[in-house]
Parts: sequence; C-alpha cells; structure tokens
Amino acid sequence: MASKSIKIRAKFKDGVTTVKALLTHQMESGFRKDSKAGGMVPAHYIQEVVCEVGGKMVMNAHWSGGVSKNPYLSFKFDGGEGEKLKLTWTDNKGETDSAEEAIG
Amino acid sequence: MNNLRRLIIKGSMAASTLGVAVSAGLLMPTTVLAAWPAKAFGAKDMTEGLANLLGSSEMMESGDISIKAPEIAENGAVVPITVTATMAGVESITIAAPNNPAPLVASFDLMGGAHGYASTRIKMGKSGDVIAVVKAGGKLYTAKKGVKVTIGGCGG
Repeated sequence: MASKSIKIRAKFKDGVTTVKALLTHQMESGFRKDSKAGGMVPAHYIQEVVCEVGGKMVMNAHWSGGVSKNPYLSFKFDGGEGEKLKLTWTDNKGETDSAEEAIG
Repeated sequence: MNNLRRLIIKGSMAASTLGVAVSAGLLMPTTVLAAWPAKAFGAKDMTEGLANLLGSSEMMESGDISIKAPEIAENGAVVPITVTATMAGVESITIAAPNNPAPLVASFDLMGGAHGYASTRIKMGKSGDVIAVVKAGGKLYTAKKGVKVTIGGCGG
C-alpha cells in the first residue's frame, strides 16, 4: 500500500517498538478567518488515528483541530519484532488513508 | 506426500488469517468514526470537555507524569509536546491547552502493551499551560507545564 500522506518509522530495540509517524494534512481548525472570502475557513482535520500491529490495536488517538498542520506523532509499545504495523487516519470529512510498515 | 500436505494446510491457514485481518481492517474506519467524541472536543471549557471525554473531572496531580514542552515557543502553530507517564496500567493520555478556543487537543487511547508515552505537535493560541491527563487503573492523574508563545498559533 503506497500511501502519500503517511510516513512511518518503526524501530524495534530491547523489546520495545518505537513508532514515529508524519502525516500530511492541512489540519484546518475552523477557528481561522478567511481574509478574502470573509467568514471562517471551514474545519478540516484528522479526527482519528488508529495503529494496529498484527491485526491488534495498540493505539487509538482522537484529535481536534488543535493538532499542528502535517501532524507528527510518536508512541511506544512492548514487542512487535518482525510484525507489520498499520496506521490509518480519518478526518472530519470522512477522508481516510492508511499505510503499512514492517517493524525493523 | 506428508510434506506437501503440511504445506497445503499451512498455506490455507495463512490465507484465512489474512482474510480475517483484511475484513477487520475494512470495517475499522466506519466504527471508529462513530466513536469520535464530538461533544468533548467541541467544548469551550476544558473541565467540561475532559469530563465528557473521560467520564469524570476528578483528578489528582501526579509526579509520575512528565511533560516535555518548550518554555518559550517561537511559533504557536507548532509546539512539540511529549508526555511520559511512568505509573502502571496507563489507559489513555489526553493533552489539553486551556487557552485554546477548543481546549481539548488530542487524546491517545493506549492498549495491547503500549507504553505511557505519547508525543505530538500542537497549536497554541496564546501563552498558557499545557495540561496532560493520564488515565491509569480507572483513575485520573494530571500534570501541567507553562508554555510562552511569542506568535499565535491558531492562525494555522
């Protein structure tokens, strides 16, 4: 699965996997004024990030528009050596993307 | 003969587990989207938002939570925050900035051997505290850290 909006690094060391991921998304909070058209720029941000390892969920994040543009996230979990990690995001407009990465 | 049989059994098992994984993966987005706590994240008041999200606003200050954040953020649109909780049985880590128009920023539900650790980058409209709330063993623990913002971040 070649995903353009997700970059993942998953490193296994001393029994623990550290995941670092960069997502490409505008993360428009909905609190910003549109100077040209007037009114507010409509909100458009990632609401949910799910990480599964070997089909088992390890992390499920809920976000608001308060997370920075092109979000970065990192987390750790026990085990995971040689397994595949799947990261999926869904935004408030229902758009979604997913990427897989081998833990190494 | 025996070897071939083994191979076939192995092969079919692998294929069926893969099928289960794929169908589970396909089901994920819809079920997950429904679970997004709109009421909590839409709340203008932090205490109300936290109570909505975590089921309670009763929390204890804890020294087992450390927040890594810059003392002075030059750009409020990108403030790196790392929360580490060393207590046992961490279920979730929530990050909030009470001075933001929507104070609840992010919440990480951790399971399946995940550590009490979450790192991300958030927007901060103005200087103020960053609050971390950690749910562990059914109880809520909290810690905060002040961040000075020199340029507002909610402009995106």
